[in-house]
Amino acid sequence: MSVRELSYGDAISEATVQAMELDSEVFVMGLGVDDYKGIFGTTLAAHQKFGNARVIGTPACENAMTGIAIGAALNGKRPLLVHARNDFMFLALDQLINNASKWKYAYAGKSAVPFVTRGIIGRGWGQGPTHSQSIQSVLAHFPGIYVAMPSSPYIAKGILMEGLRSSVPVILLEHRSLYSMKEPVPVKPYMYPFGQGLIVHPGKDMTVVATSAMVKEAVKAAHILKKEGIGLEVIDPVSIQPLDEKIILTSVKKTGYLICADTSWASCGFASEVSALVAEKGFRHLKGPIKRVTLPACPAPVSRELEEAFYPDYRDIVSSIEELIGRDLKIDLEKYREVDAFKGPY
Amino acid sequence: MPIDREFKKKLFAMMLKIRLAEEKVVEVYAKEQQMRTPTHLSIGQEAVATGVCLALRDDDQVFASHRCHAAYFAKGGDINAFFSELCGRENGSNAGRGGSAHLSAPEKNIHSSPILGGMVPVAVGAALAFQLNGTDQVAVGLAGDATYEEGVFAESLNFAVWKKLPVLFICENNLYSTNTHLRDRQPRSTICERVSMPELKAVSFDGNDVEVVYLKTVAAIKKIRQGRGPQFIEFLTYRYREHVGPNYDYDKGYRTKQEVDEWQEKCPVENYARKLVRAGVLKKEDVQELNKKYSAYADQAYQKALRSPWPLKEGLLENVC
Ligand SMILES: Cc1ncc(C[n+]2csc(CCOP(=O)(O)OP(=O)(O)O)c2C)c(N)n1
Ligand SMILES: [Mg+2]
Repeated sequence: MSVRELSYGDAISEATVQAMELDSEVFVMGLGVDDYKGIFGTTLAAHQKFGNARVIGTPACENAMTGIAIGAALNGKRPLLVHARNDFMFLALDQLINNASKWKYAYAGKSAVPFVTRGIIGRGWGQGPTHSQSIQSVLAHFPGIYVAMPSSPYIAKGILMEGLRSSVPVILLEHRSLYSMKEPVPVKPYMYPFGQGLIVHPGKDMTVVATSAMVKEAVKAAHILKKEGIGLEVIDPVSIQPLDEKIILTSVKKTGYLICADTSWASCGFASEVSALVAEKGFRHLKGPIKRVTLPACPAPVSRELEEAFYPDYRDIVSSIEELIGRDLKIDLEKYREVDAFKGPY
Repeated sequence: MPIDREFKKKLFAMMLKIRLAEEKVVEVYAKEQQMRTPTHLSIGQEAVATGVCLALRDDDQVFASHRCHAAYFAKGGDINAFFSELCGRENGSNAGRGGSAHLSAPEKNIHSSPILGGMVPVAVGAALAFQLNGTDQVAVGLAGDATYEEGVFAESLNFAVWKKLPVLFICENNLYSTNTHLRDRQPRSTICERVSMPELKAVSFDGNDVEVVYLKTVAAIKKIRQGRGPQFIEFLTYRYREHVGPNYDYDKGYRTKQEVDEWQEKCPVENYARKLVRAGVLKKEDVQELNKKYSAYADQAYQKALRSPWPLKEGLLENVC
């Protein structure tokens, strides 16, 4: 299969174009999808190729736009909604939760409303309280919708294409900090399924379940700890709902330890969900307490100094492991730090 | 009602203060990278916030959007707190927690928030409290042309008009929502036509003439304080710089340099300076002096911000609940 390097953003763009080529019912809708920035470049190619008829810029109307997608989906269309920030999706929760997630069930399976919503999680350069939340847990709480967080270009392309032929309303949360990440991506269309996790880094000693931007932090921690003779198994669940329970439980059975690293808060969050899963179904394999690496319990601050303290990274994963083994590994963690080069566009 | 000379000077001075503070942001934002907060400049739009806020009493409350710098200053926000907030310092207006788009001075009765439409019902709620309390305060929602597209505006308007609440909706129509022109997201009818109803006649005026903005706001406030219910004014204006950030963006294709130039000809600050000089309210030298004064203010405030302490990491969890 022909493969070349593609960035996360370009992979999303390519998936959009290919899905539109394969299915003439697919159309893109959202605030700014048709402007010169094209949602960090992800809708530019589609707009160029299919024009305003199938790449529809909208007014500021998140809730209506979602209801409009539902009505269109009911009539055989395949809307792909895009929000430059997933925080704006809070305005659309009524339609997403009260209509979309209930549709098939409440109408006894006689009709369905499959469509895809993309939302981008912001981070850095002081995006602050309302432009850098990460809303997967809110959404995955409700049965009837799929929620996934692609952590790489390969997954991003595959899961968007899968979402656009799914029979379920789908939400994809992309992370702004991943947009420049590059890796080999097949040229041809392909699907990455929902409910299938991925072992990103194999290891035998401890399991780290990490989401979205936390996957690369977990892999970094794995590389650091390898030198100390500790093998981290990093699992990316990819989809939050449905959840690949098996891949997590199998790993914990092998390692006896679980660390959950999520991009959001602990309280009622995805890290807590994974912890509950393992406590319920894998308790006898556990050799120590479960650890959650999540955001401190406050909104995202703006100040550079506070942002520094706010976002957990590989250092927090390593510290949680030191706590589990009851020993300070005396690693110079600072030397692995990369400068945060992000300066926008936001 | 004529505006007296002293007040004209005040209107001009406020616009100039805002302009020069923001020009300072332009000067250092990209070059020095000390303001790590997405920043929506009001350059070109100063007359709206100035005319509106200077028509208010101190105890009237303003609820602004992401493009809030001008309103922050015009409602009495401190310039040191402004620069410190943009630089993320503890002595910033929001102690480095809110940034450019949440600029606030609760003691001056101004709050801002960047989720479109988010502040519209909050202004209505403040007006409800004023009504329940029997005060004659007014609440003002100040936001752009796209903000009034949000559904929450329809709900808020319905409630406010039904209850005859003391609220003034100001639409700062700068033609664009990020990079999208009005015609690419709204019907051809005007915003005022679509907002108006028998109980509320929405009106539209030149938002680059600070005296017009001031007088029209005074008139609306008067009606509101008389108990005649909500008013809606659209002021037509224009932003010179990119939607967010310090640069010009006419090379990006969504608007022409010619359009930007034409609006710069209508500059609310420069034209008002000329007008006041012509009318003998100010001398040319006065204008130069004021320019020097406010650009020194901005310089000093920025330098002071850079010397100000960062928030303590230990304080991260303060004020959550
Ligand atoms: C609910 C919501 N949707 C989208 C955005 C992204 N956004 C920020 S400012 C803006 C444009 C707003 O245009 P307008 O209200 O006309 O104000 P202007 O920027 O022109 O001053 C958009 C779309 C947002 N902040 N909140
Ligand atoms: Mg606008």
